[in-house]
Amino acid sequence: MSAKWGLRGLAFGYLGLLLLAPVGMIFYKTFEHGLGPPIEAMTSPDALHAIWLTLLMVAVAVPLNTIFGVGCALLLVRHRWRGNALIDGVINLPFAISPIVIGLSLFLLYGNDGWFGPTLASWGIQVLFSTPGMILASIFVSLPFVVREVVPVLQEIGTEQEQAASTLGADGRQTFWRITLPAIRWGVAYGVVLTTARVLGEFGAVTIVSGSISGETETLPLFVAKSFEQFNEEAAYAGAIVLALLALTVLLLMSIGGRKAQSTKEGS
Amino acid sequence: MGVGLGRGMVVLYLSLIVMLPLAAVVDESLAGGVGAFWDSVAGSQSMAALKLTVICSLVVVAINAVFGTIIAWVLVRDEFPGKGAVNALIDLPFALPTIVAGLTLLTLYGADSPIGLDIAFTRVAIVVALCFITLPFVTRAVQPLLMEMDREMEEAATSLGAGGFTVFRRIVFPNLLPGILAGVMLAFSRALGEYGSLILISGNIPFDTEVSSVFIRSQIESGHAEGAAAVSVVLLALSLAMLIAVSLFSRKRARK
Repeated sequence: MSAKWGLRGLAFGYLGLLLLAPVGMIFYKTFEHGLGPPIEAMTSPDALHAIWLTLLMVAVAVPLNTIFGVGCALLLVRHRWRGNALIDGVINLPFAISPIVIGLSLFLLYGNDGWFGPTLASWGIQVLFSTPGMILASIFVSLPFVVREVVPVLQEIGTEQEQAASTLGADGRQTFWRITLPAIRWGVAYGVVLTTARVLGEFGAVTIVSGSISGETETLPLFVAKSFEQFNEEAAYAGAIVLALLALTVLLLMSIGGRKAQSTKEGS
Repeated sequence: MGVGLGRGMVVLYLSLIVMLPLAAVVDESLAGGVGAFWDSVAGSQSMAALKLTVICSLVVVAINAVFGTIIAWVLVRDEFPGKGAVNALIDLPFALPTIVAGLTLLTLYGADSPIGLDIAFTRVAIVVALCFITLPFVTRAVQPLLMEMDREMEEAATSLGAGGFTVFRRIVFPNLLPGILAGVMLAFSRALGEYGSLILISGNIPFDTEVSSVFIRSQIESGHAEGAAAVSVVLLALSLAMLIAVSLFSRKRARK
């Protein structure tokens, strides 16, 4: 029995010191003087703009990567092709690359001396240090999640129901909306949650391409970093709490979504 | 729906979002020739940063290999109230933005530490932050293996007189090793490139606490895109090697 308590102690101790205590501490620091200061800090024009811009990133990057992810997963699982292995490898790349390197890559493509920068500038399109560049960075970093979640579900459910539907005269579109999508919906949902979490919190890549101009190209994570560096700790903590609460929501959705995805797999 | 059209769209999307930008990095790193590439990588500051990054990442994955396995064990084999909540908590580092992770660690282990433990701007801080960020990998890789594992083998060993530690060393550990290794490689790949959780807590002191990603950032800001690209290519190659190893490894296991 002592071994059991020893292992429990090690596991809980590690989780407590590394995860729980620091997260608890930041909640304490933020609300040390009541609700007033953090609310005030989060309703400043710069903070509100940062929240709005962060939500804009999510609103653009998540739907794009979801549509791409579902389509790409269908192609990878349902249609054999020589190029599939390569596509599969490329999709995993964003997981292997430092966010800073992703930022640098966009900088080299769309900067003033970049491959596309000068041409786009002559058309009056500014990508770097403005919203389009930040959106590209957000799409890049969060690209793999939906594909990764949907592929195993598609493999699991097999093609019997889809074949039955097409035997009964359903066309490709009907089969997808009536049979395939309902079967993979929890996998998709889980992927969407992970994508959202990644986009909400992205820091490194966005930091390079945005220029971090307050009230213009500053997302919430950038706002937190800048506030802290400018010794405005109240704003930094308040921004961090907003992000942490979003993360906790994500965590809740993940544990529900994960369970549902698991039960669809087992149920089929 | 045309499969060919779909394929074309997928390839186009991946090219525009991922491949072209990465090609630009590789191209820039070689802009001055192979000699210049090597000079940038082997420069004393960039080499110090690379060494620090690799050593810290190795230390971190070793720590998380041990604790990740213990946590997985407790979550699978032990019963206690609130197990579901603890299990969900493991994913917190994946959900929490990295900058928030750094800031939370700083509130507890920084200059204003309420427990008098100030590790800010030291290498220890880098290790702690990376431990936080990579915590889920080993646990999540080991958990399914533990659940699948046949308890009969352990019972047989025990009935033949093996002690708890022998059972672990001879039966449990060999069965979990593939999961531990896969988790370790993913964690290592992640740790190599980490940036957000480190900038506030590491102090970014060149030759002391400056990791490669921070070095790349400073190179970009001082207008040395070529040097930044060269170090990026090295980081890229290291992480890629890890990911390829993981996928070869899991394919081999699947074939068994």
